Amino acid sequence: MPMNNIDTDQIIPARFLKTTSKEGLDKQLFCDWRYDAEGNPKPDFILNTPRGQNASILLAGDNFGCGSSREHAPWALTQFGFRAVISTSFADIFKGNALKNSLLPIVVSHDVHAKLFALPAEAMVKVDLASQTITLPDGTRVEFPVDAFSKTCLLEGVDELGWILKQEPAIAAFEKSRVGSVNTLL
Amino acid sequence: MSGNPKTLSQKVWDAHVVHDEPGAPSLIYVDLHLVHEVTSPQAFQGLRERGLRVRRPDLTIATTDHSIPTTDRSLPIVDPIAANQVAQLEKNCQEFGIRNFGVHSEDQGIVHVIGPELGLTQPGMTVVCGDSHTATHGAVGALAFGIGTSEVENVLATQCLLQRPSKTFRVNVTGSLKPGVSAKDIILALIAQIGIGGGTGTVLEYTGSAITALDMEGRMTVCNMSIEGGARAGMIAPDDTTFQYLDGRRFAPKGADWDAAVARWRTLPTDAGAKFDREVIINGDALEPMITWGTNPGMGISINAAVPEPSSVSDPLERDALSKALRYMDLEPGKPLAGHAVDVVFIGSCTNSRISDLRSAAAILKGRKVNPRVRVMVVPGSMEVKRQAIAEGLPEIFRAAGCDYREPGCSMCIAMNGDQLEPGQYSVSTSNRNFEGRQGKGGRTFLASPLTAAASALTGVVTDVRTIL
Repeated sequence: MPMNNIDTDQIIPARFLKTTSKEGLDKQLFCDWRYDAEGNPKPDFILNTPRGQNASILLAGDNFGCGSSREHAPWALTQFGFRAVISTSFADIFKGNALKNSLLPIVVSHDVHAKLFALPAEAMVKVDLASQTITLPDGTRVEFPVDAFSKTCLLEGVDELGWILKQEPAIAAFEKSRVGSVNTLL
Repeated sequence: MSGNPKTLSQKVWDAHVVHDEPGAPSLIYVDLHLVHEVTSPQAFQGLRERGLRVRRPDLTIATTDHSIPTTDRSLPIVDPIAANQVAQLEKNCQEFGIRNFGVHSEDQGIVHVIGPELGLTQPGMTVVCGDSHTATHGAVGALAFGIGTSEVENVLATQCLLQRPSKTFRVNVTGSLKPGVSAKDIILALIAQIGIGGGTGTVLEYTGSAITALDMEGRMTVCNMSIEGGARAGMIAPDDTTFQYLDGRRFAPKGADWDAAVARWRTLPTDAGAKFDREVIINGDALEPMITWGTNPGMGISINAAVPEPSSVSDPLERDALSKALRYMDLEPGKPLAGHAVDVVFIGSCTNSRISDLRSAAAILKGRKVNPRVRVMVVPGSMEVKRQAIAEGLPEIFRAAGCDYREPGCSMCIAMNGDQLEPGQYSVSTSNRNFEGRQGKGGRTFLASPLTAAASALTGVVTDVRTIL
């Protein structure tokens, strides 16, 4: 998707956020770009082509995921089948949400980005989180940055909330240290 | 002050680090967690599945704003999916012991309107909410940012978040605003200048004479749209304007606690000599009313400027983006937006639905009639704004002018509740996002100030408010 600033209102329009579940969002992914007024898939939209239907990597323009904090965006992307998004940059909240849902936001340079967009439709690109590299069809390996903690969480299945819960003594001590010095609200 | 000079955001950050260890982000304590119906149900479900409780229900406040109708509140919600979501929040709050300013509460309102209004949001606090416009609360000198639903669950369970510190970015707005120019124009001008990804990875701090001259509600408008510049948070140093605003509000400290709090808050402003990672200057004297023409908030121009020509842009993706936006908006490049017909005017949202916003729109509309071709919706941000508006006779002014004056909520900013544009319609909207379909599938949004919106409501075309002041 060679477009900059793909926002969360396009990834999943707000009218689908009335759900109380995380499930069933794949059909709504890019809904307003993907279907016509009658709800039929637009044949030329990338996700409706065989290439898009089977894709696990989404290649997109700069500043992907800008806009809202809705975690429905990575939920919809992963339910559709995406495991990674490659861009030159990501919006902060989207990036954090993606990493918490095993959707890898991969930042590459403008040069690599342009090279990826120039690849033929059938090209395969390999992503390896452990070595933090993507391998292009010609064998070129390109490194990408990943937050070290997020990488550990993804590779070792570390549950972030579980990790924070283990810090209970520190949290309790912090709360105790502030009693009387910081106004409590209610 | 000992040690290195620090910025406002660094001071707040440093005061909230619970735990630091190599290889992990900092564990940050959250002083106030605001919750609404859209981004919380899956988080509460997560707690249930793990058998966890809410650690600090006393620091957690809920309201209902996104999914609810802005029509008669005594009637049931017609949309069953929205009704279920609203009921779910009420059930979750009951089960987990959280105070909920729900649909029928006298304090219901848009989460970013009621936080400051109730005095919940205070200087030096960390404030989070599953909503990107949480940046609003930075207007009082809090470090406030939006989080996803997984993080909502983390905060509910532990009152903490794992975060890496952001870079600091000072936005210095010099001079003073001319008549017809307001807080909204400052933030639209900033985003037009730095782009919608320009603040990514940073916390903005707004400084300068044009910022300190703003009242608190104007400051909230500016901080609110920090996220449209890509920054998770935007802050303004607390000062006497801040303290006067908070004094006496329901959850603000009282008596000796108040004095102690103010003394503490006075130490928060950025130290002399503190370094920012980035700075920009905006000349407030030269600012004109701003309006967006395109499909992201960075596509903004002065009200009398021409819509840009894609051929003037060299970057191919940027050029494509301009062409695509022009097609979606069905606009001609090179022509001014002023004079373009509008179908709807929306005055509301967490950006511009506070009493001062309603006052400035009413001042334009008083004794006049809106163009009969235009649907004009005025949606107060909270029940408190609604009460204050009644006390000042504003609903009568809006209704006499031909506006549709409604009940508090997010309404047509996000179009989740049935308040929406029809495909192809144009709106001048005081909200914060003009993304494709944001105000309804196929709808086209021009973002502007309440003054510009009210002026355009009168004429039925995009109007420079200074022509009718």
